[in-house]
This record gives sequence, structure tokens and C-alpha cells, in this order.
Amino acid sequence: MNNSAEKKLALTHLWVAFGAFGLAAVMGLYQVIERSGFFGFLESRAVYYASVSTHGVLMGFVLTTFFIMGFGYYTATSSLKMPVWNLSFAWVGFGVSLSGVVMAALPLLGGAASVLFTFYPPMQAHPLFYIGATLLVVGSWFWCVSMIVMYTQWKNANPGIAVPLAMFATTANAILWLWTSVGVAVEVLFQLIPWSLGWIDSIDPGLARTLFAWTLHPIVYFWLIPTYTAFYCLVPKQAGGFLFSDEMARAAFILLVVFSLPIGFHHLYMDPEQGHGWKILHAVGTFVVTLPTFITGFTVIASLEIAGRLNGGKGLFGWIAALPWTNPMVLAIILGLLMLIFGGFGGLVNASYAMNAMVHNTAWVSGHFHLIFGGTTVIMYFGVAYYLWPILSGKPLFCKAMAVKQLWTWFIGMIIMTTPWHILGLLGQPRRIDSVNYNNLLTLSWEPYEVTMMFGGAILLYSSALLLINLYKTQMGTEAYQGEIEYAEPIHAPDDLPEYLNSFKLWNIVIAVFMLIAFGYPILQFFLMETFGSGRWGV
Amino acid sequence: MHIDQLEKKWAGISLGIAGLFVAVILGSALFHGIHAPSNVETIDSARLHLSEEFAEDNLGAQLNADGSVTVRLVAGRYGFYPKNIVLPAETNITFRWVSLDVIHGVHIPMTNMSTMIVPGYVAQVQTLLHHTGEYPMLCNEYCGMGHAHMWSNLKVVSKTDWANMNNQGEASHE
Repeated sequence: MNNSAEKKLALTHLWVAFGAFGLAAVMGLYQVIERSGFFGFLESRAVYYASVSTHGVLMGFVLTTFFIMGFGYYTATSSLKMPVWNLSFAWVGFGVSLSGVVMAALPLLGGAASVLFTFYPPMQAHPLFYIGATLLVVGSWFWCVSMIVMYTQWKNANPGIAVPLAMFATTANAILWLWTSVGVAVEVLFQLIPWSLGWIDSIDPGLARTLFAWTLHPIVYFWLIPTYTAFYCLVPKQAGGFLFSDEMARAAFILLVVFSLPIGFHHLYMDPEQGHGWKILHAVGTFVVTLPTFITGFTVIASLEIAGRLNGGKGLFGWIAALPWTNPMVLAIILGLLMLIFGGFGGLVNASYAMNAMVHNTAWVSGHFHLIFGGTTVIMYFGVAYYLWPILSGKPLFCKAMAVKQLWTWFIGMIIMTTPWHILGLLGQPRRIDSVNYNNLLTLSWEPYEVTMMFGGAILLYSSALLLINLYKTQMGTEAYQGEIEYAEPIHAPDDLPEYLNSFKLWNIVIAVFMLIAFGYPILQFFLMETFGSGRWGV
Repeated sequence: MHIDQLEKKWAGISLGIAGLFVAVILGSALFHGIHAPSNVETIDSARLHLSEEFAEDNLGAQLNADGSVTVRLVAGRYGFYPKNIVLPAETNITFRWVSLDVIHGVHIPMTNMSTMIVPGYVAQVQTLLHHTGEYPMLCNEYCGMGHAHMWSNLKVVSKTDWANMNNQGEASHE
């Protein structure tokens, strides 16, 4: 099948993703140096908060959304062996998202949207920021429609046959994202945009936070599912083995989609606008969503063990040494899983209703988020990029050794940066401070950790540069490369799959019921009690 | 459909692990008096000075008839007012926080006093402070350019010292 048009579509998305990543990485190093306070000439809170806001938007929204769309289009066309449905529709979606990014970037870089990527009304940003962010999301809905249409077309043409796992996961993510984005879309369309344009005078920050919490948890699973897709569908083959269980992978994706949605209140444990009961209900759901990650850990490590033993590894742990550690994708998953162990531990602390009070909004939280997102999730984006770039560009990877070095430096940099960050949180440092001004001796204990973090930031920027240089040189190469994506084979082909593991109909109904239970009254209450809105505040 | 025996066992173990965590958390939430601020009480942030409870004269610590202490503080860019408060150790303390402008958060390091302060709502936290000493109260939610400059001071003294201080007619907020 000639899918050069699809390859171009995917590659263009991925370049936007990694371009945004490169810019945000530079800002990251600036921020970690600025906040340490050791370089007085750099101190500027206006620049710092503009930078933090832009860094968050670029990493959290632009890198992820464009990577997910690009990877998704290519997964769809290659796993279903059919062209992308309505290419112009896909390009329009790309254009809408990209124009949104540009529109949001103007006020962000100009310091007129220093409200961070979580918005925080009643601090108000320039309306262009909200409109741009909305367009980015609207463009991604085009992608969701594309994925669901292709999934449906293939299923209708192949009745009773299991949808290829990679496409099943991608469709799960499209459905997850549609559900996820409703919360923030309602906040932006009915609260932030009309309020920032002066059409309404006040908004209720309690309602805004509740709606944002709807989106805030499942969005991280939207980012994570491509990583898990690579874990299940690409890594086993690259490691030289087979996927341990196709069925359990499907079950894990379904659990992720269903249970990541109704649990957002663990971001509101410390908020006054929601009651105990609702918080505890969401806390319980938060622990249910650890199940698919436990399952994934098992299935993926079992798949790696099969590969290691096929490669000749012996003994209880000998198979680990027999894995192809110099294959970028395999190395990415090994390092990613290591960071998942540390990050998962921190996540359990955050999710715990009582322990959270000790770390809430401290530097611990920023450290956790960077470790689990920048670490586990994004390192696999790198692994996928090294694998896909030659296939999509038709040029061989510029330098494999450089890729291996990049992944190792990313891992080392992440550990050096996030470990002190966690400790700073335990020592009471609030998150998102641009400098240390407190009149208390406690702050002296923070200094060594602030210094250490700078080295982590520098290593991470070096690693980012290695990645971008490698991808750019690959793209600019003169040799030709012929290759198509190879999906991992499961040990047992999924023959007689029950419909609930091959379709999302039942699960959409389950989600609707869960969301009604988890968010119905908590949103309704704002219309039942007397609330007092907030006006507009600058930063 | 083929599910390996090992996978079935592991799914059971995972369920057990998650169940254990949930049991511990529910236990601590229901029986150990964990008081995350969840009182869902609204207030007009623009008219705090006209409200009875949060008018200037009523801020700070107040001894209740049952021996507990209620502390009322207003968060506003950039400080928690009153800026200096003194509280007794080993006493049931109820903090009531309101914001006069944007969203803030506050925590007292090394204690479990932590809450978001959302305009339009009263955030109430109950706790015991076990150790005497000087503590900062730090803003932990980005609230604008001065976020890093937003803090106030708390001094925790022994119960007897606190009672003597109040008996001498000193204001509880130095």
C-alpha cells in the first residue's frame, strides 16, 4: 500500500510536537536556574511566570496533542492497512490546532497570559489565550472523529474479527479524549471566554475548578495511552519476542478509559467547594485506576522476559541482560518502567486522602509530575520517534549511539532533577515560586537541593538537543530507507474475542453512568446554593 | 479467549493491593479524624469587611468556651492577615480561611495544616499543633507575580504560656 500521504501527515504532526518540545526544554533550564536565585541578573518574575506558563502549555498540550495525533494517524493506516479517512479533513484538523497554538502563543510569550496551563480564574489572561487553547482542542476532535470513523469502517468490513490491538488502543484514546475534554471545554466556552471578553462580569472559581478537575485526571491518560500502545504493540517485537497477552492488553485499555474519568476530585482533596463524601468516592476510584497499570506492568515485563529468553538469557534475571539494551525503543521502556516505579510510589502518596495534606501543592507535586510525565510518558515518545522517523521520512536514523546516549541522559537528568524536587516538597517548599524570600530559617535547608536541580535541568536540555539534532539529521539525510512498522504478535491470537473486548458501546454507557454519579451533583450544587462570583483580576 | 493462569493470579493480587490501599485510606478518613477542608460554605469575597465574621476586628485567634481555638484569617495578595499570630500547642484548633481576591493555597510546613483558599468559599481545617516554635504560613498556589512573597508568621507556644499571654490582656496577635 502506498501510504506516503499518510506518512507526510504523521511526520508533520510529529515535527510540531518535537519543535514545541525543544522550545519548552530551553525554558525549563532557564526556570530551574532562575528560581534558584544564584544568578541575580536573571531574576525577573514577569519573565519567569510567562516562561512557566508557556513551558506548561507547550509540554502538556502541544507536544502531547500533536504527538498523539501524528502517531495515531500512522497507527490507524498501518494497522488497519487502509488509507486515512478523508485526508483533507485530517489536514483541516491539523490547521485548526496549529492556528490555536500560534494564537495562544502570542499572549503567552508577551506575558499577557501568565496564568499557567491550568488557567486559575479569577486571574484573567488575554482572551486570545483561551480562544487559542480552545482551537487546539477543537482541532484534536477532528482527529478523534477520524479514528472512530476508521475503526468503524474496518469493523464493518471485518465482522467478528478482533480489531488490531494498536488501533483498538488508539480508538480507546480518541473516545477517552472526547469524554475528557468536555469538562475544560465547558469551563472555557461558558465561563472563561465570555468573562474575558466582558460579556459576563463574574464567574464562580469553585465551579471552574470542578470542571477543570473533570479534565485534569483523564488528560494524563490521554497522554499515557500512546506510551502504553508502544509498550504492548511495538516493544515486544523490538525486543525480539511476543506480546504475552492481547486480551489482557485490551482489558487494561478499557479499564484505563473507564476509570480515569470519574476520579478527578483527587485534585480537589484540599478544596473547600466539594464535600468529604465526593472526595472519598473519587479517592476509591483513583485506586481502581491503578489496576490497568499493574496489569500493564505484568504483561509488558512478561513480554520482555519472553524476548530475553528467546535471545538466550538464562536464569531468574539473566533474561534482563539478554535484552537488546542498545535498541532505543527497548532502552526507552526499561528506563521508563524504572521511573514509573518511583513515580508510581509518589502517586500513591498523592492519592492518599490523608498523606496528601503533607505534600499538597508543595514542590513534591511538581517533582512527581515531571517524573511520571516527563519521565515515563515522554521517554517512550522518544523511543517511538527513533523508530518511526526512518519509516516516515524514508531515511535511516542518523545515529543510533546518539539515541542511546540521549535516552540515558534523559533518565539521569530526570532523576537528578526530580529527586531533590520531591525532597524540597517534604521540606515545605511551595510549588511555583520564582524565588525564595521567606523570613524563615527553614529555607536554608532548601539550597543544596536547588543547586542539584540545576544540574538535572542542564543534563535534560543537553539530552533534548541530542534528540532534535538526531531527528533533524535523519530528515536531512541523503541515503534512502525502506521499512514499514512491525507490530508485535501475541502468543495467542485473539480469535474468539467477546464483543465487550472489541467494542466500546457498552463502555460508553458505563462511562456515562459513572460520570453522572461522580460529577452530577457536585456540578449541580453550584446552581442549588447561593454562590458569589469573582470579578476579573490581573496577575 | 485465552487468559493465562499467571495473569489471572496477578489480576487477583493487583485487586488485593488496591483493595488494601482503599481500606487503609477509608480507615484513616473515617476513623482517624482526617479533616480535609470540605465544608462547602459560601461567602461573598467582595464584602468580607462588611461580613460579621471576617471584619478586621474579628480576625486572629479566639478562645471558645470548650477550650478549643478558632482562627480566622483572610488571604489576599500578598499575605495572610493578620500577619503574625500566636497559637497554643496541643489544642484543638479550627482554621477558617477566606480569600479577598484570587485563589490561594496555604500550608504550614511540618504540620498537616493545608488547604486551598478559593474566593467565594470558606475553607475550614481542624488540626492540633504538637510542637512549639516559629512556623511560616506559605502561599502554595500561584496567585500572581508576588506569589513567592506571600507568607505570614505563626508562633506556637505552650498552652500555659498562651493562657498567660491572653490573661495579661495582650492581643493574641502580638
